[in-house]
Amino acid sequence: MELPLHVLIISSLIKILIVVHVLLIGVMAMILAERKVSGWIQDRHGPNRVGPWGILQPIADGIKFFLKEDLIPDHVDKPIYVLAPAILLVPALIICAVVPFGSSITVAGYEIPLQIADINIGILYVLAITSLGVYGVVLGAWASNNKYSLLGGLRSSAQMISYELTLGLAIIGVLMLSGSLSLREIAIAQGANIWNWNFLIHLPAFLAFTTAAFAETNRLPFDLAEAEQELVAGYHTEYSSMKFAMYFMAEYMNMIVGSAVAVTLFLGGWHLFGLENLGGPFWSGVISIAIFSAKTALFLFVFIWVRWTLPRFRYDQLMNLGWKFLLPVALTSIVVTAIVWIGTQSKLLVGVCNVVAASVVVAIVASTLAMRREPEQIERQEPSFMKGSSSGRT
Amino acid sequence: MEFAGIKSLIFYAFALLTVASAVLVVTVRNIVHAAFSLMITLFGVAGLYVFLQADFLAATQVIVYVGGILVLILFGVMMTSGRLQMRIQIERGQLILGGLVALLILLLLFGVISNTPHWEGIKDDGSTLEPTTRTIGEMIMQGEFLLPFEVVSILLLVALIGAALISRKEVRDEE
Amino acid sequence: MSLEWYLALSALLFTVGVIGVLIRRNAIIIFMCIELMLNAANLAFVAISRELGDPSGQVFVFFVMTVAAAEVAIGLAIIVSVFKHRETVNVDEVDSLKG
Repeated sequence: MELPLHVLIISSLIKILIVVHVLLIGVMAMILAERKVSGWIQDRHGPNRVGPWGILQPIADGIKFFLKEDLIPDHVDKPIYVLAPAILLVPALIICAVVPFGSSITVAGYEIPLQIADINIGILYVLAITSLGVYGVVLGAWASNNKYSLLGGLRSSAQMISYELTLGLAIIGVLMLSGSLSLREIAIAQGANIWNWNFLIHLPAFLAFTTAAFAETNRLPFDLAEAEQELVAGYHTEYSSMKFAMYFMAEYMNMIVGSAVAVTLFLGGWHLFGLENLGGPFWSGVISIAIFSAKTALFLFVFIWVRWTLPRFRYDQLMNLGWKFLLPVALTSIVVTAIVWIGTQSKLLVGVCNVVAASVVVAIVASTLAMRREPEQIERQEPSFMKGSSSGRT
Repeated sequence: MEFAGIKSLIFYAFALLTVASAVLVVTVRNIVHAAFSLMITLFGVAGLYVFLQADFLAATQVIVYVGGILVLILFGVMMTSGRLQMRIQIERGQLILGGLVALLILLLLFGVISNTPHWEGIKDDGSTLEPTTRTIGEMIMQGEFLLPFEVVSILLLVALIGAALISRKEVRDEE
Repeated sequence: MSLEWYLALSALLFTVGVIGVLIRRNAIIIFMCIELMLNAANLAFVAISRELGDPSGQVFVFFVMTVAAAEVAIGLAIIVSVFKHRETVNVDEVDSLKG
């Protein structure tokens, strides 16, 4: 840790450069992967015209965005209209500063941690910056001065606020067992073996966190903010060219960053059965980066998989899921983890009790809702989702 | 030495940013622009907290104020004003009177600050940030602030239920 | 940076908030200005807490933030329901209780 100042500055600059570029390239790779995987899921080819197997498709898309006319409609509120995409994109970029993407690498005799900044409030920083994303959406929607955009923006902001709560609460159990807010220490606390990773110990919280992450990134089961059929395109209807591309990139960047944070918090970070310690001080660093990237890629695949598999939720279903299921589950997880951990100090028991308690809570909520809904169903058509989920989840 | 110079430069930048955007909140005609300026002010204050080595509060400031309170306010703005109503006039009489009162308050505050002895100045030795999260957590959960903490949680719960009740009842009345 | 700087800054912020409350008539802007004043007070709290080396000041700020959140929730609910009844958020026009 005791690096000389000039080494610290130079290594940090290099790390920042690499991370930003990896993110941008990652966005391009994700766009390609999304189209390829969707093609695979829908039993068609996907893009295959530009370059071999269509791998240059994202570049063609990018050039198209650049060459399009950057139209600013007359009726918009100009300063905020121009700022809004950046407000969405910048938080996605700066969250990466605290994500540890590997253990550490020894170059020229200096041991350099593979993380841009290991701040001691790491996870709070992540939550704080995540909460800024909503401004890009709301302000963009408002500045567009278009009722569809505004509706999309309001929907999305309500959704983001609701799910941010779950996102924050789901993490607390993890923090209790790690005893630290620093992402690096959380990753280290999980250790090398898969049965010590947080996603097994906090299974309900992990599921709640993942669902909330989907909602935060406005991905398909929860993409009501940009529901094409109802809202034209939601908050970015009035945007074109690179401004639209910024919204687009921000969505993918949020996915990548969200996956990286989830991997750090729940999937053991760069650990994998001690594989990350193989090789010398240089190669172990490289291997740890590879492991971390592979886990993140796996998580990203789940993002795409879910998008092309599940249909969109209705708005009330979305709010019900967030407030009546995920939030109680996350809260229960906190209480159970605290009690069991203090009482027994056994991770196994914490894991078992978490699952049992979460099932009980979901069962109670679902049966309460089902009982209350039955008389209403005669006069008004009520969502059938609640009953479906009650049988599916318990 | 150079490092300290850069640091104070950044402090002045934050201070200027905070005050300038606060002035914008008050003067700007468009209410969404005011909310946007308030966001910058809140950020500036968070930055100043970092300068004062209050890392936990800086993060909390962004989470609670920027991520929660201001979003709620923006919601309120969008629910209560159509596009046309967003520009609000300021009456001249109120401007003069209000300005006078504010000036008096400012003078009073400055008088208090300059007349209070024993300010030694914050030891700005460039020391690294010491984590405050644990200290604050222990003070709240184990120390003297446990009771206030519980009271405040109940206040929040009551406010939550109250807000839901107020806004819900109106909907039913209209139906 | 000496403490006076922070306190002066806090006083300035507070005054700006006061001006806002006094001259603006839109209830939501008044709300924002109250948040400004709360932030000014918080800044003074944190500055003095750092000066004294006593984290109690920071705990107070934590509580102030909590109360501010509660205040905004209730306040906005009231403003929105007033708007639904009266179609205005101008505080001078909401005067039915005036004798």
